[in-house]
Amino acid sequence: MSAPEENGQGAGEPGGHGPAAERTGVAGQVAKGPGADPPDADPPGADPPGAEPPGAGRLGAGPPGASTAGPDPAGMDRAAGPGVPRRSPVVVIGGGPAGMAAARAAARLGVRVLLVDSGAALGGQYHRQNSLAGRDRFALPPGVEHLPHSVVWALEPVPGGGHRVHLRTGPADGPGRTGRSVETRALVLATGAYDRALPFPGWDLPGVFTAGAAQALAKGQGVRVGERVLLAGTGPFLLPVAASLTAVGAEVAGVLEAGEPVTAWLHRPADAAAGWRKFGELAGYAALLARRRIPYRRRTAVVAAHGADRVEAVTTARLDAGWRIVPGSERRTPVDAVCVGFGFVPQLETALAAGCALDGGFVAVDAAQATSVPGVFAAGELTGVGGAAPAAAEGEVAGTAAARLLGARAAPPAAALRRARAGRRFAAALARAYPVRDGWRTWLREDTLVCRCEEVAYGELHRSVQERDALGVRAVKLVSRAGLGQCQGRVCGPNVACLTGVPDAAAFARRPIASPVRLGELAEPPEADPEARPQ
Amino acid sequence: MRRRRRGPEQGGGAGAAGRAGSLLIVRVDGEELVTESGQTVAGLLLALGRVSWRTTRGGGRPRGVFCGIGVCHDCLVVVNGAPDVRACQRLVRDGDDIRTQDGAELPA
Repeated sequence: MSAPEENGQGAGEPGGHGPAAERTGVAGQVAKGPGADPPDADPPGADPPGAEPPGAGRLGAGPPGASTAGPDPAGMDRAAGPGVPRRSPVVVIGGGPAGMAAARAAARLGVRVLLVDSGAALGGQYHRQNSLAGRDRFALPPGVEHLPHSVVWALEPVPGGGHRVHLRTGPADGPGRTGRSVETRALVLATGAYDRALPFPGWDLPGVFTAGAAQALAKGQGVRVGERVLLAGTGPFLLPVAASLTAVGAEVAGVLEAGEPVTAWLHRPADAAAGWRKFGELAGYAALLARRRIPYRRRTAVVAAHGADRVEAVTTARLDAGWRIVPGSERRTPVDAVCVGFGFVPQLETALAAGCALDGGFVAVDAAQATSVPGVFAAGELTGVGGAAPAAAEGEVAGTAAARLLGARAAPPAAALRRARAGRRFAAALARAYPVRDGWRTWLREDTLVCRCEEVAYGELHRSVQERDALGVRAVKLVSRAGLGQCQGRVCGPNVACLTGVPDAAAFARRPIASPVRLGELAEPPEADPEARPQ
Repeated sequence: MRRRRRGPEQGGGAGAAGRAGSLLIVRVDGEELVTESGQTVAGLLLALGRVSWRTTRGGGRPRGVFCGIGVCHDCLVVVNGAPDVRACQRLVRDGDDIRTQDGAELPA
């Protein structure tokens, strides 16, 4: 047991170890009022006041800058302090399209930038580089310090304004990583999103992957996840995965779309117009499917996987409009791998640790990508899923706003603002065209695992929630164990929330320890920080 | 048993890798293998034809890669005596000793 995240009583819950747990444990989503603004914090970015993000609560009543003692989200005295110095760097978390664009934009304005990324090379999931190729497709301007192989495991506010970001750098999950804390007044969160997987009987068998896994292994490692692979789920992002799989020599047995996207787009001409640029790309993928004779079926899903110790076959079925199985439509198909993706879940840990307000499960931002928390910006899939180009536009806006907050003089990035706005419309249209329908619950059997880590089956979840009368996320986790395992509810959270009907599903993403650290790392004395102040 | 293989032959990226990737020697469940830098532990194991390398704590069920991007923690493996290492996130290094993880293991 090295990862302290692993059990429910440990650091994964508020009250655990580490500096972050103390301060951000209960902070959750309570938005800080304007009273918490540092005195020199102008409204960041291009759009002046009035651009408050939806859902940004105003708890404090004092005039901006009147006091540094704002409402105290953690329930303890946030003593006024000098805050983080203004000459601090912009810290960007995430090296995908949004994070790279943010770093470039801020550096162009002469501001120092630290870009923290867990990957070996820049690009994130969208532009994943083959890490065996040894050649970097992306370059960042001087002024950007790129910290690869680095995870943010905690984030805490600094009294008086700004945030302290706790990092570990080194071989993933190894005991020998180096600790470092950096302070910033302008934080850009670009942590992205990951595939949502819906449970079905047999989904825990080796050989069932997310679509993102197939993509990452094909593009990043040149490895195919199987010889004969079926793709299933919903959304246009299944198509590039089919292309990547064929590029590494896998036979794609089919792409199964659970929804009815054509009808959805036709019913909303305005949405289709918002996405017209994307349709060219989709047409390219459609041509590839036709050329390779890969069947594309709508209203169809993989509803079971079969095999003893790995996938040998799957059952596919037609779905009705609510995603219930059409009786008699089940077919068995031999495959050695199946890849599923039902939209995306944003990586919310750092945003929630900062106390950012959410809107519809994503981070709420204004036109300048400012979150509800002063000095914290968000860009890319954290704010909605629209693809790489809108993410990069949002990143440019966020990087510019962050640099302005630190005193750089810059005109509003008009073109990027326009592209970001269009991207937001497209993301909303995508979400409407590819909804996840409730009928997937009927695919489950009593013994179908819902939580893969703690091996909690559907029947067990149902019984424990019923018998123990669990009403909130915390209670559901404690009575059922779902979400208490190694992944801390990253995979099962949205599904368990759906199955149990708990409100505030995002509470599953509240993880004071944002990324696993080993107990030995937590036990290390805090690294010397010359700028640290006594509190 | 002391089979030595020259990298994984599966997949399209292997050609490009040959130029840049320096060769490394690692052990996988006691067996010595030649691979190249830039490969993740998960990439190496899958290229060897393995789909699982961990058993679950409760049911003892086999697991391998699921999400592939460090989120799900299904692909845990023991590297140089340290358990709970995500195989999809960890790049192989020369001399690494990679081992299947059996349930919940304590560090060596």
